[in-house]
Amino acid sequence: MIDQLPVLLIAIPLIAAPLFVLVRNRALVLPLALMVVWAVFGISVALLAEVMQNGRIEYELGGWPSPYGIVYVVDYLSAFVMMFVSALGAIVLTYAPPSINREIPLSKHYLFYATYVLCLTGLLGMCITGDLFNVFVFLEISSLSSYALISLGKTRRAPLASLHYLIIGTVGATFFLIGIGLLYQMTGTLNMADIASRVQTVDGPRTMQVAFAFMTVGLAIKMAVFPLHTWLPNAYTYAPSSVTSFIAATATKVSVYAFIRLVYGIFTPEFAFEALPLDQALMVFSLIGIFVASAAAIYQTNVKRLLAYSSVAQIGYMLLGISMANVGGLTAGISHMFNHALIKGGLFMVVGCFALRIGSVKLDDLRGAGKTMPLTSFAWVIGGLGLIGVPVTAGFISKWLLLTSVIEMQWWSVAVLMLISSLLAVVYVWRVVETLYFYLQKKPL
Amino acid sequence: MTIETFLGLYNYWIVIFLMMTGFYIVIASENLVKTIIGLNIFQTSVFLLYITMGKVHGGTAPIIKNPIGGHDDHHDAKHHVTEGHAHGVEIFTGGDYDPATTTASSNEVLDKLLDSVDVESATEIATVGFEEDIPAHGANLAEHAEIIYSNPLPSVLMLTAIVVGIATTALALALIVRIREEYGTIEEDEILEIDRNSNS
Repeated sequence: MIDQLPVLLIAIPLIAAPLFVLVRNRALVLPLALMVVWAVFGISVALLAEVMQNGRIEYELGGWPSPYGIVYVVDYLSAFVMMFVSALGAIVLTYAPPSINREIPLSKHYLFYATYVLCLTGLLGMCITGDLFNVFVFLEISSLSSYALISLGKTRRAPLASLHYLIIGTVGATFFLIGIGLLYQMTGTLNMADIASRVQTVDGPRTMQVAFAFMTVGLAIKMAVFPLHTWLPNAYTYAPSSVTSFIAATATKVSVYAFIRLVYGIFTPEFAFEALPLDQALMVFSLIGIFVASAAAIYQTNVKRLLAYSSVAQIGYMLLGISMANVGGLTAGISHMFNHALIKGGLFMVVGCFALRIGSVKLDDLRGAGKTMPLTSFAWVIGGLGLIGVPVTAGFISKWLLLTSVIEMQWWSVAVLMLISSLLAVVYVWRVVETLYFYLQKKPL
Repeated sequence: MTIETFLGLYNYWIVIFLMMTGFYIVIASENLVKTIIGLNIFQTSVFLLYITMGKVHGGTAPIIKNPIGGHDDHHDAKHHVTEGHAHGVEIFTGGDYDPATTTASSNEVLDKLLDSVDVESATEIATVGFEEDIPAHGANLAEHAEIIYSNPLPSVLMLTAIVVGIATTALALALIVRIREEYGTIEEDEILEIDRNSNS
């Protein structure tokens, strides 16, 4: 049984999703869905424990040996990412019922649970698989189900936001597919480890560079790196609150994980950062992204949209860490992935509570909510402090790691910019705090 | 680049042409349905790219001529060889093909499936990289070695990608139906106009 855990992690939610559609009964589907997500969380924790103890696990699907069959690979990084993705998936689904009761028509609840679990499957699959084409398939599973989830939003703008995301996302996924094709053409294999051993990184053919470029751009769209982030604010704003919490906490992080795998696992950092100037490009785009998105967040009147722009900025910090191409930077990037998943997931859940009680997420309507909803408002304060990176919060740790490695590299200007950008975060978090605590409640008309 | 290599790569030119056409439609079209059509063309170009790379020169469809277990019937095998020979005349005209010394290559896993691989397809495969770790056992394969198979893997991958494409299209069209119900139009500029007006 314990040997089969890697495949069960994917198989259980994958089989459960169509089952929910067949069952349809809302009262039955909810406990089933909760069971599935918590079981998946349990499995991923067991896998993490197993990896910590005995090292890397390779699971050969159907018993076909490694370069020919598909393998699932669980190592420290993938086990860690799967752990927090499934944890957030389970937590958000446990939180979801009251929120979706209000935001999604009752007749569509079973579809919500089915697509939610399917989306989780796709995200976990992207982490666990050791086969490049499989990454594409799981990427599309998670993307397609997240388009469907976003379109469940109450307003009429939800389907439009979802369609925009679909168009941009499909272009991104197809770019990734082109990259896989070119890479297969050059190496004759789809197994990631096998490709890594065959890829000619020094003075290789130009096809290699083209493949890498296509895959990077494709993933950059999915990560919502600054100039390619346009789908994100609308999608996050108009999706149902619990969907936003889940997707904001997990989807972009898993794409960042896939990008780390691509750069460090398949191509080498020497290829990406020395033969090609990806490090400078990433650094410039992430810094611009941090500033533009933080500045945009300050001017938002919709709290969900504010957090969405803040997400774009936070992705910038992760990529900044990755672009440093040293141990410190990568550690900072990965820990920021985890911290941001927790913080953003939490903050969006707080906003979901506001939406549930007040029926709106506009700043004006939240006036004085600090009195009527003291605990929820306090949760916002804590989450906001984490987002800024105030000491004692999780956000501080990753920002501190990032800052120390920036200083180690002696990039003083970047260090200064990072500190200034944190001040921007203070401004947009404070705007909400101010509204919650220091304004009188709007008088009912 | 000579004119021959230019023409010889015609599949890739078609791929690039389709890709750019589709991409342009996605960017330029205001009509949502047309955008989806553009997206489909864009995806189709990728299918073509994969199928092109799976084609082995002179190769036939990757279907085993001898069913597995059909080896023992010597006569039957001979029959297939002659048949294969007739099929592959064109391929070996210029080759110094010698079944006795040839080390046609395969490996145990592929062997289960493919049954036979010959020299030329082996070299073709080598260009996509399988060569090194394959144990050579040419003797029993040389018998019906003339059959050259195209690489089936890219086609199989594309079946998956086509399914993904269909799912994407279906979802997109469903969303467009809902957008049309809400806004009464599928022209993007008109929809944005309606949204702007409802805001103010």
